[in-house]
Amino acid sequence: MVTKIMNWFDDRLPLTATIERHLTKYPAPINMNIWYLAGVLLVVVLVIQLASGIWLLMNYEPTAEGAFASIQYIMRDVEYGYIIRYMHTTGASAFFALIFLHMFRGMMYGSYQKPRELLWVLGWITYLLLCMLGFTGYVLPWGQMSFWAAQVIMSLFGSIPYIGEDLLTWIRGDYLISGITLNRLFAFHVVLLPLALIAVVFVHILALHEVGSNNPDGVDVKKFKDEDGVPLDTKPFFPYDITHDLYAIGVFLIFFVTIMFFYPDGGGYVIEYVNYEAADNLKTPEHIVPSWYYTPYYAMLRAVTFPLFGLTAKFLGFVVMAAGIAIFVALPWLDRSPVKSIRYKGNYSKFFLALFVVSFFVLGYLGTVTSTPGRTLAAQIFTVTYFAYFLLMPIYTKYEKCKPVPDRVQLG
Amino acid sequence: MKKTILSASLLASLIALIASANLSAAAGAPCGNYLSEDGLTKGECKEAYVDATDKASLQRGAQVYMNYCLGCHSLKYARYKKVSEDLEIPLSMFQDNLIFGDQKIGDLILAGMDPKEAKEWFGNAPPDLTLEAGLRGPDWIYSYLTSFYIDESRPLGVNNKVYENVGMPHVLIDMQGTPRSVCRQMPLIASNGGIKQDPLTGEQLTQEKCGFLEVDNGTGEMTPEEFDQAMLDLTNFLAYMTDPLKIERETIGTYVLLYLFIFTMLSYLLYREFKKDLH
Repeated sequence: MVTKIMNWFDDRLPLTATIERHLTKYPAPINMNIWYLAGVLLVVVLVIQLASGIWLLMNYEPTAEGAFASIQYIMRDVEYGYIIRYMHTTGASAFFALIFLHMFRGMMYGSYQKPRELLWVLGWITYLLLCMLGFTGYVLPWGQMSFWAAQVIMSLFGSIPYIGEDLLTWIRGDYLISGITLNRLFAFHVVLLPLALIAVVFVHILALHEVGSNNPDGVDVKKFKDEDGVPLDTKPFFPYDITHDLYAIGVFLIFFVTIMFFYPDGGGYVIEYVNYEAADNLKTPEHIVPSWYYTPYYAMLRAVTFPLFGLTAKFLGFVVMAAGIAIFVALPWLDRSPVKSIRYKGNYSKFFLALFVVSFFVLGYLGTVTSTPGRTLAAQIFTVTYFAYFLLMPIYTKYEKCKPVPDRVQLG
Repeated sequence: MKKTILSASLLASLIALIASANLSAAAGAPCGNYLSEDGLTKGECKEAYVDATDKASLQRGAQVYMNYCLGCHSLKYARYKKVSEDLEIPLSMFQDNLIFGDQKIGDLILAGMDPKEAKEWFGNAPPDLTLEAGLRGPDWIYSYLTSFYIDESRPLGVNNKVYENVGMPHVLIDMQGTPRSVCRQMPLIASNGGIKQDPLTGEQLTQEKCGFLEVDNGTGEMTPEEFDQAMLDLTNFLAYMTDPLKIERETIGTYVLLYLFIFTMLSYLLYREFKKDLH
């Protein structure tokens, strides 16, 4: 019976072939490690966000007058509304935590190198979309921090020379942040951006399955195949990876649920305390901080304190911040190393990657605190070291001495 | 090489940890000029006891709130009915004693005062307090409530240590009595933490410190201990207001975790079984 139904579909749609190619028989390298879990967990979080988002949408009111109260309505009067909302807020933070790990994995094992450049670029686009989703979503509760974060971020566009002021008005749709701004950010957050995200993630996975997964050794597993043409150092996704992933999803959900049910504010990181107050355009909070996942870039923005070439410090800071996010896309072309994985790269690569990680965390911290002259100097130094990882890469990857790469993957 | 990366990320996460510890310390709004009992720290809030399961405390807090605060401060995101259910106050008793005017049991808890008039009277409309405990933290609220003192230079005759020059009158002055900001002789503390003494006489050295609060004896309806307890109850009630479903949430969370532990254990066994094929 099942075979009959499948045959009916297979005559009209490549159903079995697609399932086998993308799921059951997809060959995954046997030496994949814990870093490779972030990808599948990102898909899980995407589903969580879509599902909880739809339910939030059923009760949320996208107006300046009603938004804040409608969130409290969800929290108090909607049955289990608080679970749905906390799921969504925790999911937002989890999304970023995981995508950072996922990106770092790619940087560590050279997953962006040929033939995976396009895969990397697509992944970078999902990161951009996620940043926009995070920002637009953050504004929707219309609390004090929502309002003033929107004010700060949007005003960056106003710093662009010549066209800035007009552009800013056009983006806001008003002369100040208002219900009109809220409405358009709402439209982006619930329609345009999620649609784009789903589409790009889909193509990202298609591209992955075309070129195959990289692995911690960065060796090409397709070099050695068995008589059926299946790479020797791989295992089929079903049942080996699916059982592995299921276990990983369980562990991940334990962490997720612990935050969601027991520490929903996340110490002020998942939900900022200032957002307990409804937006008030006459009252600026003492200390405006973005969500934790933007703080490294916020620190970069504030690190630029001097005008240059007739451009304002604010605009330059904006440029540096945007460059900090954009520069990831250039990685495939900055890396001149003959080897992929950090395991076989030289000491310079290791040093700069470690420096990058430290810079990222220090900038992240500096973005959460008020600035003092000392902190600004630190932010400037670490902004430079952050970019050094990327900009010096063509040099240090070309001249450093690499270790020989084995033919096959190494286990244990 | 793997170790370098590992140690680097470890170091980085350590920095992040320190950073987060730093931030959470700063998260509770600092308490202005509030002086601790021993006179040693200024601006740090007094710790409030908050317990969502202590229904008696919450009921007393609700009673104070409805009688003294609700005239000006709404709880406009919450409903009477939910409060009566959560606090286990019988509906009819709640209706008879805690709802004023023509408000219904299913209504949102609105203040009696018109915000426009309030703005004229106090300079600022009294804020809604549904989420105040989330915004400022229970410690701040407790410190604030117990920090009013007589200050003739202010238009309303009172000031507050935690919130300097606040526009709010001391509504609970009948309960508390007349609080004054006083000076006391306090022992001098040496840099090693001990009390400084006169090297010749061995007498303790003291120093005058101002900003302590004292209530004139016999002026209040309550003893200082009773008043303190009433303010703790009120704080507890406001903490409940911000997070009314805490108990329900944590109960459900426990079940979800239990389920996930079982699920994860089974999926681990499954994973282990299939893994055997590979090696």
